[in-house]
Amino acid sequence: MQDEPTPTELIKAVADFLRNEITPAIKGHNAFKLRVGINALDLVTRQLTLTQAADAAEAARLKQLLGTDGSLIELNRALSEKIAKGEVDLQTPGLADHLWQTTLDKLAVDQPNYASYKRELDQKS
Amino acid sequence: MIEAELARCVASFHPGATGIIGAAKLSGGASQETWTFDIVHPDGNVGAILRRAPPGFGAAPSRAAGLDAEAILMQLAHDAGLPSPRVLHVLKPEEGLGAGFIMARIEGETIARKILRDEQFAKARPLLARQLGKVAAGIHGLPAAKLPKLRQMTATREIGDLEREYRGFDWPRPVFELALRWLRDHDPGPSDEVTLVHGDFRHGNLIIGPDGVRAVLDWELAHFGDPMEDLGWICVNSWRFGEIDKPVGGFGSREELFAGYEEAGRKVDPVRVMFWEVMGTLRWGVMCCGMMQRFRSGPDHSMERAMIGRRASETEIDLLRLLAPRGR
Repeated sequence: MQDEPTPTELIKAVADFLRNEITPAIKGHNAFKLRVGINALDLVTRQLTLTQAADAAEAARLKQLLGTDGSLIELNRALSEKIAKGEVDLQTPGLADHLWQTTLDKLAVDQPNYASYKRELDQKS
Repeated sequence: MIEAELARCVASFHPGATGIIGAAKLSGGASQETWTFDIVHPDGNVGAILRRAPPGFGAAPSRAAGLDAEAILMQLAHDAGLPSPRVLHVLKPEEGLGAGFIMARIEGETIARKILRDEQFAKARPLLARQLGKVAAGIHGLPAAKLPKLRQMTATREIGDLEREYRGFDWPRPVFELALRWLRDHDPGPSDEVTLVHGDFRHGNLIIGPDGVRAVLDWELAHFGDPMEDLGWICVNSWRFGEIDKPVGGFGSREELFAGYEEAGRKVDPVRVMFWEVMGTLRWGVMCCGMMQRFRSGPDHSMERAMIGRRASETEIDLLRLLAPRGR
């Protein structure tokens, strides 16, 4: 067992330092690159925080849809094949819901400020 | 340095030019670069742009039209009265600058966020969709006999190319599979009319001024195909930059785009446009994945490329909004 602080806490501390202390001092193209770097660290923090629950729920849905077991990537390969072959489609009960939930969970990590994502969240609530 | 070669080159086609100043690289991948500079002349300096593949980079990617073709297309567009810079010179091998051409520099903005938000473009924004419809019609109507040799694409071939590229990543994406399946099921078949297609008609390749569209750039992906492809591509949500209720580039409606197109004497097929919007959304998603691959395998091991890989999911939610909208 590794000791504290957690990876999430460490990355967040670095990102906050870059954001609050370094950003005001950087100009030009490096300011843009710094912003990309901070965005990457924030993304990693979100992934470390959110992935476990999202992956577990995704795996459970996939097992239900496919009636088989396996790792997350194996299950996704199996679903991809079935969609490609036309064995499941949007009329298949649960498929649209599964794709929507999985995609929303990806956006929550990747780009929570993406306008389409925010629109879908607003309409859900 | 590039200054010496450029100055020699400029003297050969611009009589009286005494040199060049302010050469700066605007963008550049491994095989293609864009430079800005000023031609120094006693009657007044002239802003210019160099677009080139540096010496040693002969072969363009297979989809690329090639710089010689780009120069011809830009000049044809200019001659037809479309917003396009005048081509000043096509590079010759003995000039030591590689392959490419020099064109007049047109002042204006290409960055979408500024075009969509800055006050100086407030009057232009409501005009853009209609203007771009007219410009697209002009491009599609360029005289076929004068056009350079370009690849010919159909919807079916484009689906095949996208699928091959996606499968090459060996990473399962059920939403992309759904989109590929939808595209195959809705393939409208060959277009009745095959025209020149710009191929990358969107923000970033359009110079906008306070008065509206000033230039269409970057003909690298020009080809022959279904003219509706250009109208679908500019409606892809990825080019709306947050203004998702304005499908044309975040500044206008499809109706305005179509009206501008039809006022120029050409006909719109909205079903085909929607098909190409779905195709374009998937294409941008596949391109995001491709950039991640290039990040991983080098040589461009940059954070920017890595992070673009994480934007593929944006196209997944947009594909779902198009193909499986939730009950509302």
